[in-house]
Amino acid sequence: MSDTAKVVVDGVEVEVPRNYSLLQACEQAGAEIPRFCYHERLSIAGNCRMCLVDWEGAPKPIASCAQAVGDMRPNRDGSPPNIFTKSERAIKARNGVMEFLLINHPLDCPICDQGGECDLQDQAMGYGRSGSRYKEPKRAVDDKYIGPLIKTIMTRCIQCTRCVRFVAEIAGTEEMGLVSRGENAEITTYLESALTSEISGNVIDLCPVGALTSKPYAFNARPWELRKTETVDVMDAMGASIRVDARGGAVMRILPRINDEINEEWISDKSRFIWDGLGRQRLDQPYIRENGKLRPASWNEALEVVAEKLKGDSSRIAALAGDLACAESMKATLDLMRSLGVQSTDCRQDGAALGVDADGNRMPRESYLFNATLMGVDEADAILIIGSNPRKEAPVLNARIRGAWLNRDVPVSLIGEAVDLSYPYEHLGDGPRTLSDVMKAGSKTFELLKSAKRPMIIVGQGALARPDGAAVLHEISKLAADVGCFTAPEGENEGWNGFSVLHTAAARVGGLDLGFLPGEGGKDIISILQAARSGEMDTIFCLGVDEIAAANFGSAFVVYVGTHGDAGAHRADVILPGAAYTEKSATYVNTEGRVQRTVRAVGLKGEAREDWAIIRALSDKVGKVLPYDTIDALRTQMSDDNKIFMGLDYAPLPSATSAQPPYGVSGEMRSEVFRSTIDSFYLTNPIARASKVMAECAELAVAKPAVAAE
Amino acid sequence: MLLDKDRIFTNLYGHHDWSLEGAKKRGAWNSTKELMQFGPEWICDQIKDSGLRGRGGAGFPTGLKWTFMPKEVRDRPHYLVVNADESEPGTCKDRDIMRHDPHLLIEGCLIASFAMRANACYIYLRGEYIFERERLQQAIDEAYAAGLVGKNACGSGWDFDVYVHHGAGAYICGEETALLESLEGKKGQPRLKPPFPANAGLYGCPTTVNNVESIAVAPTILRRGSGWFKKFGRENNAGTKVFCISGHVNRPCNVEEEMSIPLKTLLETHCGGVRGGWENLKAVIPGGSSVPMLPKDICDDVLMDFDALREVRSGLGTAAVIVMDKSTDVIQAIARIAYFYKHESCGQCTPCREGTGWMWRVLTRMAKGEAESAEIDMLLDVSTQIEGHTICALGDAAAWPIQGLIRHFRSEIEERITSYRIGRPHVQGGTVAAE
Repeated sequence: MSDTAKVVVDGVEVEVPRNYSLLQACEQAGAEIPRFCYHERLSIAGNCRMCLVDWEGAPKPIASCAQAVGDMRPNRDGSPPNIFTKSERAIKARNGVMEFLLINHPLDCPICDQGGECDLQDQAMGYGRSGSRYKEPKRAVDDKYIGPLIKTIMTRCIQCTRCVRFVAEIAGTEEMGLVSRGENAEITTYLESALTSEISGNVIDLCPVGALTSKPYAFNARPWELRKTETVDVMDAMGASIRVDARGGAVMRILPRINDEINEEWISDKSRFIWDGLGRQRLDQPYIRENGKLRPASWNEALEVVAEKLKGDSSRIAALAGDLACAESMKATLDLMRSLGVQSTDCRQDGAALGVDADGNRMPRESYLFNATLMGVDEADAILIIGSNPRKEAPVLNARIRGAWLNRDVPVSLIGEAVDLSYPYEHLGDGPRTLSDVMKAGSKTFELLKSAKRPMIIVGQGALARPDGAAVLHEISKLAADVGCFTAPEGENEGWNGFSVLHTAAARVGGLDLGFLPGEGGKDIISILQAARSGEMDTIFCLGVDEIAAANFGSAFVVYVGTHGDAGAHRADVILPGAAYTEKSATYVNTEGRVQRTVRAVGLKGEAREDWAIIRALSDKVGKVLPYDTIDALRTQMSDDNKIFMGLDYAPLPSATSAQPPYGVSGEMRSEVFRSTIDSFYLTNPIARASKVMAECAELAVAKPAVAAE
Repeated sequence: MLLDKDRIFTNLYGHHDWSLEGAKKRGAWNSTKELMQFGPEWICDQIKDSGLRGRGGAGFPTGLKWTFMPKEVRDRPHYLVVNADESEPGTCKDRDIMRHDPHLLIEGCLIASFAMRANACYIYLRGEYIFERERLQQAIDEAYAAGLVGKNACGSGWDFDVYVHHGAGAYICGEETALLESLEGKKGQPRLKPPFPANAGLYGCPTTVNNVESIAVAPTILRRGSGWFKKFGRENNAGTKVFCISGHVNRPCNVEEEMSIPLKTLLETHCGGVRGGWENLKAVIPGGSSVPMLPKDICDDVLMDFDALREVRSGLGTAAVIVMDKSTDVIQAIARIAYFYKHESCGQCTPCREGTGWMWRVLTRMAKGEAESAEIDMLLDVSTQIEGHTICALGDAAAWPIQGLIRHFRSEIEERITSYRIGRPHVQGGTVAAE
């Protein structure tokens, strides 16, 4: 039996893979098939009946979404089956379905947030009647509470069950369902509790009508009045493709874009609902601390103060980069610091043992990348997660791992905290001791990985951001090498590299690529803060550093470049207001090593400036003028210094590794268990902490579920 | 007219002992082992040759259905599922089989399972059938104790287990794939087909779903020969059949009769005729609530079998004959049936979920006359928008009675509307929502 099958759609013959649905075949042939319940990434329900087509010889029209092309019989004479999508019978069937969908639909488009981007509205234009024949009372359905993110107007629901299938299949938290039957069927979360999934917001996009809409966005804007900007998300290290919709100077909402290589078509709730944080607690002018209090200042004044400090003893100056810093600002800062002779620079805010070895030599790029690539999860046939909670660190990646388990039965094991990942996994243990056990040849997990064709080891920051991180990295990379995670580029596995470091910060890989690491004789983050606490640091230049407690800076003079009045700004002696990721064109490198660029969606807030321009202006004041006047010149410099910045939007190709594993430093591992670096998923960065929506979610996430008997 | 010696269900009325001892005296479990020794192919061939068509309503040839199962058990076990979710209004044949002749069913389960290489059989019982469950379970326990089922059933060397599963009383769970969903512990909603149960049924394994009566007649067919069974009824409509006659007859009853018996003979011989005489007949629903009704002039000479009723645009269905005399308000009757389908729609797919309620509401108004003549055509149109566009046959079942009503009693609806409007000169049909 061949792998393809032929069908004739409206007289056009197409040849498609046998596992294609008839709907896909029809689309291939250029026929447009209306649908509500069908979605490429969900299982097939076949319940809306909108995609009915006419199959010559069949007694009744068939649902094209549910019909596999491979299952279709050819005609008696052996010719391919004839499908008509525009025949009278097909059109009548669809018109009928559309009429049924509309009889109990409230038709409240003028006050519906889905208006203008509603599948039902659009398809009613093609298949609806101009007036209703339905004279009976319409059905009303009670709205349900399903959390602070999703607003429900259940009377609009057409019971397509896309949301139910998404929650069950992709999110893996079976919290939604269709209860009752017939006309009384309702979508609900059963006890009207909030969805607990970190990717629940996607049901808003999936809902073909206005039954599930965005609660924070409710009644704020109409789609046609929004300016749409396609850009990149920075809430986690995946760098999901997003679209920022803005009106005037305000971001009104954030939606995912389809990108199969990164986020398929999902984004996490943090990425989606962060936007109200972009308008709160913003730093919109420079500040200088005087007598313990911050006072507004002019740019000139603030830069003068900073320049004065930077002219001091370069061994007593340090520069740190935070989780949201873009590559351009880090590059400018690094160049400035080096020109001043400052060697104590570090981008590893969490202290992860990545990037440099014990002797201060740079480690190869493969030692800190998610080498298997996010798409590689779809090819991996055994997955070991060490020191990470992907559900919190990269929820969309977690959904992909879930897909691997669900669709291909890929065994997943975990060393670290036993958390709910939304799919079953084997919990091997929680710390380095288990890692040592697993590393022994002959252990069950070792053999499982070894026998796999494409084994994958996901290393979280929880395993690396600790005092013995270098030793842990060494052991894990050794394990990876032993079980065959690294393969030759020309082999049958095409250079599969299953050693995958999952970062939590959007800025991190960019910083490591730029070498925003201790220079010759420079201190790393631990030593910098140690020195600060003991009074041996005069000035610390912070590029959006918000995850370090104020006390750690000791008495040092702290310069903060950032966007929000968060931890970093509270400690700062001088604040230089910068641009958030929606307000600038900036380069980020995701955990795979994929270089991506954001696009400016809205203007800067107040007197804030683009970060790289602030550094450039500062260099002028210090008298060490940076050699670039435009961002393009800066980028040229950046790619001259490191060629990986030359190409945008693709994951690095497998290459023969320059320095072979093991990475890190051989040493004793401590006994403490691996803990994920993320406590509260909804509050990981200054923008999220400024968001009211995120605060509400965070509160719900820690609230103990009520006990039924209470 | 069927002779007593040709009856399969010899204890249909419960006059005799239902238990194993009594059943054995009537011939059940007689040489079951020997029948099985002829082998699965022989059994399938006999059933095929007998012309037995499924007794659940659709009338698909049973022997042919059995041969759709894979010829060998590979990685997945085979299952037989017996559909005892008898919920079609008017139908009560399976109920009496399970009450009074349960051993015929259990023996049939063994033979059919053996023919399909299934080691397990599930009997999915209607939720309301509590007494029947108890009786059936007792009978199964007896059979286990006697070694007729269980390990090495009847000494045949075939291991066979039979389980009774009690449903929760949803009509839709009588649809075979919804039944399988329900049996698996899920919400009873029909599955998309293909794949058909013979490929992926219960727990994704090859499964055949058969009606109680289809299974219960199998052992007797094998014992007496396919030729014996075939000689009843017309070509392509072979065998005997339990008819359930209810409504306006003098003696409503269940009766086993030959297929293709004239409707009039059936009613006059076994039910004491229509209440008030044949001339008092208004209409008959010949096969359970989901088939279109027939007016008296068709009933006069129609034969009770699959093909004859199909020719008059109705169907044999479950052979539940619902008789209505001239005192019946047929519009009201069909409105009540429409309510049933509205109530029992599972809500999965659009046309049935939305359409059944619509039709019921229109019909309820029409029963009062509170409608416009144009709405009759609209109602017919709506019913054709449901028919054939749904996942399962419930949509069709909801549409057909209404189509039957309009086809045969359109003038009565029009009259009702007219007289209502005469009574209320200014009424606007259909604008009654606010009342």
